[in-house]
Amino acid sequence: MDWIEIGTIADIPPRGARCIVTPNGRIAVFRTADDAVFALDDRCPHKGGPLSQGIVHGKAVTCPLHNLVISLDTGRALGVDEGEVRTVPVKREGDRLFLALEIGTHRAA
Amino acid sequence: MMTEKLVIVGNGMAPGRMLEHLFEEAPGRYQVTIFNAEPRVNYDRIMLSPVLSGEKNYEEIIIHGDGWYIKNGIVLYKGHKIVSIDRAAKCVTSDQGVVESYDKLVIATGSVPLILPVPGRDLAGVLTYRDLDDVNAMLLAAQSRARAVVIGGGLLGLEAAAGLKERGMDVTVLHLMPTLMERQLDAAAGYLLQKAIETRGIRVVTKANTKAILGTHKVEAVELADGTIIPATLVVMAAGIRPNAGLASRAGLDVNRGILVDAEMQTSDPNILALGECVEVDGHVYGLVAPLYEMARVAAARLAGRNTAGFVHSDTPTKLKVTGIELFSLGDFADGGDRDEIVLRDAAAGVYKRLIVKENRIVGTVLFGETSDGAWFNDLKKKKTDISEMRDTLIFGQAYQGSALLDPMAAVAALPDDAEICGCNGVCKGKITGAITAKNLTSLEDVRAHTKASASCGSCTGLVEQLMRLTLGDAYNPSAVQPMCGCTSLGHDDVRRLISAKRLKTIPAVMQELEWKTSCGCAKCRPALNYYLVCDWPDEYADDYQSRFINERAHANIQKDGTYSVVPRMWGGVTSAKELRAIADAVEKFAIPTVKVTGGQRIDMLGVKKEDLPGVWADLGKAGFVSGHAYAKGIRTVKTCVGSDWCRFGTQDSTRLGIRIEKFMWGSWTPAKVKMGVSGCPRNCAEATCKDVGVICVESGYEIHFAGAAGLDIKGTEVLGLVNSEDEALETIVALVQMYREQARYLERIYKWAKRVGVDEIRRQIFQDPEKRKAYFDRFVFSQKFAQVDPWSERVSGKDKHEFRPMAILALAEAAG
Repeated sequence: MDWIEIGTIADIPPRGARCIVTPNGRIAVFRTADDAVFALDDRCPHKGGPLSQGIVHGKAVTCPLHNLVISLDTGRALGVDEGEVRTVPVKREGDRLFLALEIGTHRAA
Repeated sequence: MMTEKLVIVGNGMAPGRMLEHLFEEAPGRYQVTIFNAEPRVNYDRIMLSPVLSGEKNYEEIIIHGDGWYIKNGIVLYKGHKIVSIDRAAKCVTSDQGVVESYDKLVIATGSVPLILPVPGRDLAGVLTYRDLDDVNAMLLAAQSRARAVVIGGGLLGLEAAAGLKERGMDVTVLHLMPTLMERQLDAAAGYLLQKAIETRGIRVVTKANTKAILGTHKVEAVELADGTIIPATLVVMAAGIRPNAGLASRAGLDVNRGILVDAEMQTSDPNILALGECVEVDGHVYGLVAPLYEMARVAAARLAGRNTAGFVHSDTPTKLKVTGIELFSLGDFADGGDRDEIVLRDAAAGVYKRLIVKENRIVGTVLFGETSDGAWFNDLKKKKTDISEMRDTLIFGQAYQGSALLDPMAAVAALPDDAEICGCNGVCKGKITGAITAKNLTSLEDVRAHTKASASCGSCTGLVEQLMRLTLGDAYNPSAVQPMCGCTSLGHDDVRRLISAKRLKTIPAVMQELEWKTSCGCAKCRPALNYYLVCDWPDEYADDYQSRFINERAHANIQKDGTYSVVPRMWGGVTSAKELRAIADAVEKFAIPTVKVTGGQRIDMLGVKKEDLPGVWADLGKAGFVSGHAYAKGIRTVKTCVGSDWCRFGTQDSTRLGIRIEKFMWGSWTPAKVKMGVSGCPRNCAEATCKDVGVICVESGYEIHFAGAAGLDIKGTEVLGLVNSEDEALETIVALVQMYREQARYLERIYKWAKRVGVDEIRRQIFQDPEKRKAYFDRFVFSQKFAQVDPWSERVSGKDKHEFRPMAILALAEAAG
């Protein structure tokens, strides 16, 4: 795995998310109200909804398609729902953010 | 037995409670007639302050609705003041000429506010604080947001001041004595209270001796004895009350300060009883509800012919009903040689506690800032418990006695069965827990109905709920109302009312003040709160985009594959060659896979990639298109037919009216989507009778419809009424939608809201009350100043750029070579 720089924390609104386009699909990067950063595959385990478009609350995101609530920490569905999405390691150095991705990945734009 | 005639003068809380006891003890014994000088039923006067501040409304404080009077066969004369009692003939006469004879008469004329004998006391704008009319007059005056002066820094005066401040007035309290509420508080607590009141932005002037109220026709200022002049458009006199004993005195009954009664509530005439604030018993007159309810019990027993223990004086704790100020006062707290005191202060927390002890017994208690031990201290005082054993830790409260009781429930669990929980109604713990078990009570409302505990001022609600939890365990579900979501126990209606009453203007403020259980809400409550704040404070609230559902953030509809659909606005469903050409060009340029006509007469472009949205909007914008808001909880479409322009049956220009409505109302956010339709004749080609709001044009004008549904539910509209002109049609529809905007719960469509509020009530406010209609209309127009901005062109110009671009695009390195 390589740490790939993806931008700064200021690129993501608090209680918001942005997405990263990779050759293996999109990754959603979340910023909570208290500036913690998490990354998940941008696909809800339920019907593939783009989690980066959901409402971020506490350490969770609600999928915009059918309201599954996913833990940003574990990628697991909270409450009575089932399902799990892959988490992606994130590292923060100062304001710069890095994702742990397949070796050889680099920034194209 | 023959039915006897019981006549009651006055319809306040004391006689109301007396009748409840009487009907239980001696059903059918009396035919009851009540004369009420106020034109209404019996309501909870203690709750006038929450009505003034906006935390409650009048309907919520009614004790006996009209149905109760009918059920008990009571004749209630509303708005009749009794002017004379003929004791020889045993009859009374009202100011409207009604004469009624009695076997037994009960006088419950209450009290009258003290009017300071100063010049200017009769000027318009000088009010007292006594009944609902006073509150309504204050609410009217508060609309000006101008300056108010409250004379009197006692319980009533401070509650009035806090209420007027909540309503947006600039408020000054004048108090004659050096500290506030000096009859209930010592100087230290009075100081803390003054600080707490001042932190709310209310000015307090102590040692203020009012000399005159100035003004020519209306109040303009208040002048103090030291020459200070305080400008004011409203003056509230809350300097105290005195028993209203004039009628009894004229009838020749013995009267001192109040109507003199014995411990069984009998006056000097054996056929006449009196109770409530108008009486004097054993040298005391009363203004708090607990002793009045005790009088009610005694008087009912006497009327039922039953012997009972007579009325005895007891101290009643005082509490202030100002949200956020915790204050408790009981008994005697003056210093004295034979008394000790125990004091605890915590300056940082603003806490002050003082116990006054005489011969190892508590005789008085003052608590400020933290009052949860009030009930326990009251119990110790009442029982004259010897406190010498626990003296060192007494002031820390019950939780510190004996073994460490850290669980807040444990304190309540430890109270003895005869500990008083509800001071207003004199209900002890055992009665509440007994009733819960014996009658299988599971909701707070039930417990209130059966025991009266927390049914008056409500300040012991928390204790009662803890008792329910203790008795019922997990079976107790504390919320009778459906909470908004897991983050709060409040329902939508409570949250809406408190946002406006407490003037909360940000989501963090709402969550803090209403004690949200989560740090930043959830996907259910945040969009609702965002809407409520947008609606209530259109000019001040900064829309929180992160609390909006993706469609309202991206201004397009998300589809199942994560792409979006784009629907430009076509006013009234009318389009042109130029517009159609622009749509065709955009579809080709951005390779949009599907183009479809919607049910609301619009064109929908489906399958647009998020990154392409600003580009599509830019091209559409050049042809004059703005957002169609097809994604919004807001004003969607106005569907029209061609009306009198083309149709041989058309009665009015339905297309023009539809376009006019849409151009006036677009951009407005609403609790749920609002779809409208205008049909040019009753053939109804625009299907207006299943819309949220619809118009059916007829020869004589415009029939306004609303509350239809054609989705999950199917429902024809209700008719609001017929108007004559397009102008009136527009004003009516706008007012209706504004009423809906202000009252509905988030995601509640108009037909569901109308079912809850009642079609008649909506018709009464919008159709039969021109002033109300105009006020709703004006508020809508004001909010449109901030809402009617095209979100598409804003984003084409660069707003929220991050929303439409990936944060980074990554690639895999090609293997070298």
